[in-house]
Amino acid sequence: MTDSIDIILSATFWAATLRIATPFIFGTMGELLCERAGVLNLGIEGIMTIGAMVGWMAVFQGADLWVGVFAAACVGAVFGVMHGLLTIHLGLSQHVTGLGITLLSASLSYFIYRLLFPASVVPPNVESFEPWLVPVLSELPILGPTLFSQYSLTYLAFVLVGVVAYILNKTPLGLAVRMVGENPAAAESQGVNVFSIRMGAVVIGSSMMAIGGAFLTLAAFNSFVFTMVQGRGWVCIALVVFASWRPGKGLLGAILFATFEAFQLRLQQIVSGDIPYQIFLMTPYILSIVVLIVMSRRAVYPKALLIPYRHEEH
Amino acid sequence: MSPNGSRNTVLRLNEITKCFGTLRANDCISLEVQRGEVLALLGENGAGKTTLMNILFGHYVADSGSAEVFGKILPPGSPRSALASAIGMVHQHFNLADNLSVIENVMIGTEPLLAVRSKHAEARRRLAELTERFGLLLNADAIVGTLSVGERQRVEILKTLYRKAQILILDEPTAVLTPQETESLFTTLGRLNQEGLSIVFISHKLDEVMRVSDRVVVLRAGQVVAERETGSTTRNELAELMVGREVPQPLRKPQKAGDSVFELREVSVREGSKPLLDGINLIVRESEILGIAGVSGNGQKVLADLGSGLLCPNDGKLRLFGADVTTPRPRNFVRAGVARIPEDRHASGIMTDMAIWENMISERYRDEFSTWGLIRRGKAINETKKIIHDFDVHCEGPMALTGQLSGGNIQKLILGRALALQPKLIVAIQPTRGLDVGAVAYVHNQLLEARRQGVGVLLISEDLDELLALCDRIGVMYQGKLTPTKITESLSIQGIGMLMAGQWQEIGYAV
Amino acid sequence: MRFEARKKIPLLVLLCTPITAVIIALVLCSGLIVASGASVIEAYTLVVKGSLGSMFALSETFARATPLILTGLAAATAFRAKLWNIGMEGQLYAGALITAVLGGGILSVITASWVLIPILMFVGAVAGALLMLGPAWLKVRFNIDEVVVTLLLNFIMLLFVSMMIEGPMRDPLGFGWPQSAPVVDEAVLPKLVARTRLHSGLLIGLGAAVLLWFMNSRATWGYESKAVGINSLASHFAGLPVKWIMLRAGIISGMLAGLAGTCEVIGLKGYMTLDISPGYGYTGIVVAMLGQLHPIGVVVSAVFVAGVFVGADAMGRTLGVPSYIADIVVAVSLLCVLIGMFLAQYRVRR
Repeated sequence: MTDSIDIILSATFWAATLRIATPFIFGTMGELLCERAGVLNLGIEGIMTIGAMVGWMAVFQGADLWVGVFAAACVGAVFGVMHGLLTIHLGLSQHVTGLGITLLSASLSYFIYRLLFPASVVPPNVESFEPWLVPVLSELPILGPTLFSQYSLTYLAFVLVGVVAYILNKTPLGLAVRMVGENPAAAESQGVNVFSIRMGAVVIGSSMMAIGGAFLTLAAFNSFVFTMVQGRGWVCIALVVFASWRPGKGLLGAILFATFEAFQLRLQQIVSGDIPYQIFLMTPYILSIVVLIVMSRRAVYPKALLIPYRHEEH
Repeated sequence: MSPNGSRNTVLRLNEITKCFGTLRANDCISLEVQRGEVLALLGENGAGKTTLMNILFGHYVADSGSAEVFGKILPPGSPRSALASAIGMVHQHFNLADNLSVIENVMIGTEPLLAVRSKHAEARRRLAELTERFGLLLNADAIVGTLSVGERQRVEILKTLYRKAQILILDEPTAVLTPQETESLFTTLGRLNQEGLSIVFISHKLDEVMRVSDRVVVLRAGQVVAERETGSTTRNELAELMVGREVPQPLRKPQKAGDSVFELREVSVREGSKPLLDGINLIVRESEILGIAGVSGNGQKVLADLGSGLLCPNDGKLRLFGADVTTPRPRNFVRAGVARIPEDRHASGIMTDMAIWENMISERYRDEFSTWGLIRRGKAINETKKIIHDFDVHCEGPMALTGQLSGGNIQKLILGRALALQPKLIVAIQPTRGLDVGAVAYVHNQLLEARRQGVGVLLISEDLDELLALCDRIGVMYQGKLTPTKITESLSIQGIGMLMAGQWQEIGYAV
Repeated sequence: MRFEARKKIPLLVLLCTPITAVIIALVLCSGLIVASGASVIEAYTLVVKGSLGSMFALSETFARATPLILTGLAAATAFRAKLWNIGMEGQLYAGALITAVLGGGILSVITASWVLIPILMFVGAVAGALLMLGPAWLKVRFNIDEVVVTLLLNFIMLLFVSMMIEGPMRDPLGFGWPQSAPVVDEAVLPKLVARTRLHSGLLIGLGAAVLLWFMNSRATWGYESKAVGINSLASHFAGLPVKWIMLRAGIISGMLAGLAGTCEVIGLKGYMTLDISPGYGYTGIVVAMLGQLHPIGVVVSAVFVAGVFVGADAMGRTLGVPSYIADIVVAVSLLCVLIGMFLAQYRVRR
């Protein structure tokens, strides 16, 4: 018990929480944007994987870290386009397409990586991001190491939440995105191009997911390990339901989840030996299922989610 | 209503033709709309009115022909072009997002997409101005899903006015309104007219067309068959032009009603603490058609579910063929001899991707069409062939995919399936919605024939004409309550209208 | 661009479309082979040789196809009722785990193979079904999306298996490798071809496929699943017990996936390891979609997919092309088949 309190009271714990939360924030915002526009993107797990790989690979080949992030975003966008063409323009099953994209992007990333690094070599690393210490503010007693000594990508994630919230609620573009996810026929009758809006949302959402993946290889860790995404993508889908498709609540959900994960990691170190480590690793997934169960019962889904829009002809 | 100002043509359609496969929905249609006039587009269901307007508004693309608005050619296939040409459309099935607010539904698409900020305050001001001017009172922040049907239609109209439409297309606007709401719609149209707007009023209701329009264009089977000045034609002439042939009105001969087949005594249904039905009392007897009138959304769906065996009352008694039913189930209702014709044939009536024979056994497969866990295909196909023959269903045979049939044929299949049960009670909900006159008459005749043979029928419909023609007794639903049922001949349209609008005290009923 | 549903689709088109799609996928993936520095012709030749070119190759292919047939059938059964069971990987592991536990332990008292093996099959199937019961019930009762729940359960199940194998179930004679004690000899499925890995689990898979084919086309259960999958609202209106039908589809699906795990333990390996399934649960989804959710189609596509994997392994060893090319081919095939089936059903109009 005292162990638990010690953990919670340390500033490094909270710093770690925000760090762990970052890929979840990117993933959740990305998926939220897709679903708000009416498209379920089950490619998230694979897109995060290939984002991680491509970002890392770019930096390994000598590019600047931010160029790596950008490269990851571009790859995410490409798979977003693929997903969008199949589900939006052709109206194919969003479930199956998404799973196909996940399979494709994940195996593609393993293939390319393995091509350049045959199995026998120890996974190499790159010079990853260093935490960016905000001048003056990072010197503050508790808030300093917690809030103001994070990676730039983490700050970016927070800013992203604000931007997404603003755009969705206060701009015509955001209204179009929401409308398209509620009643695309109504949007079309008001002159909105449903396909373009949906496609845009999916492409940008997928880029965000990929950046979340790149954070793993370029900041949190500095090498690419197979299956390093570890189901984070699926957790993000549960977090979107928890967030009731609102960005602010999504941020809250990601942080709550990360708190739990960080706590579980610390506890593992302290209590190791008595309880198998697998139990600790299981708990975040169990928590996600519980969250899903509790929130799904009252969830108000975007009305047009999963329904392909076709120009009705009789 | 009289024409205003100088007569110049605001809209001209030139030889519009549109085919869907082998079906010629629009055949070389040309017509003109003058400034400030109300043009009625009259035709029965399936005549091509909605298709024509959808082409104008850009939902469909015509195979040939063109449209000119204010003298300029209208680019086809783009609602945006139609909106830019000051055309506004109030769709029959409202195009609204239920989870968003009124102001959001109105604002969508009106601002440049990449603008940095939505001008909410300004939009509110404009909306308030419009609601004042045209008497379409609404709360800008109300979530559309919570509004009544009449209010939703107001939002639809406001959308067009907000975009400064000069030509307004209204597609069957009174289908979902009470007689009183219809009056207030007509008043609104009058005011719009006075402001110089031109209106295209699509309808199949002759009385309204006679009242509202300046000119009438009659469509039949995709072609323009006539154009008349409303002042110089008669209801009968229009009826004949619209239908093109004598359609015998179903004749309801007086009959003595028998025993009770379906009864609801003080039935209430609640969702949480919200009452959906409150203290319903009704009896359907053998050889009798009981009609339930009312604007949709006042509890008819719940009543229909009770009649179909889908719902259990929270209070009160449900009696079927004289016996209490404590746990209603669709399967038990079917076994007991209740035939159900659902409201939405595609959503609840059939499975589109299944063969016809598979759909025909969906209610009885367990009891009559399976042995030892295996489906008796041969028997099912034979029965289906019989239904197809008896009910004159146009299809390629029992193995054809059901979804490819026309609405009328699907309804015939559903009717055939229902009557094959040899039912003692028929529960029919909006059975003739979207059907052409021939199919409507067919359904009506089948129901009257069933009545003649001793079947009791519960008919829930929004079509007052249908109810008045078919029913022996009628009750009216309003906000979950049902009026005591009265013999049809003792009711007046005004009276029913008031009941539909909730003015029960004026008639003398307790609310 | 607008789409118009075609009125009639000839059976020939329905059969050729998946094949054409797969060929297109292979063509697309040849680009990756070139990028690996190998010759496309040589690569694909080696793939064919490695999967079909010898008795050994064939045995490997069919041995690999066995679990895929079962997980493919599991996916097809669930998807037919519109129940998205993505948890077959976990259900497979559940079946495998319980089989290893009981086959090496308590049930080993039963010495007759023809009694022991069916019992183990049953137990494995039940384990898989139980794991699927939770998500299926949540979907049916509360309409909670089963995709994410089943996915997360996979991770939980794998961790659980890892915990068991590294802990209480660890084989004391296993030289420290994390694996379970082997099952008794009586529990092992007889081999179909001597000195290969091909075991009679294949017959179990084929038998299951035939049984499901019969059920889908003739039995009331098959009719009910189909109806509910097409339109659950209309099914409910007609009086079908929709919730029970979906639960049943989930249970059968879980049983098949669990059975796949059992067959891997008592047929292929003889004991339980952490890597007993290189993603059979997920690949089963692709197999089901490629097979158009039809039991016979599933068998054919299972053999095809197995061949691709086995052949790619062989080719990879020789040419240095990473074996992940197989996963890529399968994923691209899936997307191509989706597009192909769409184009077969709809005509494109300007």
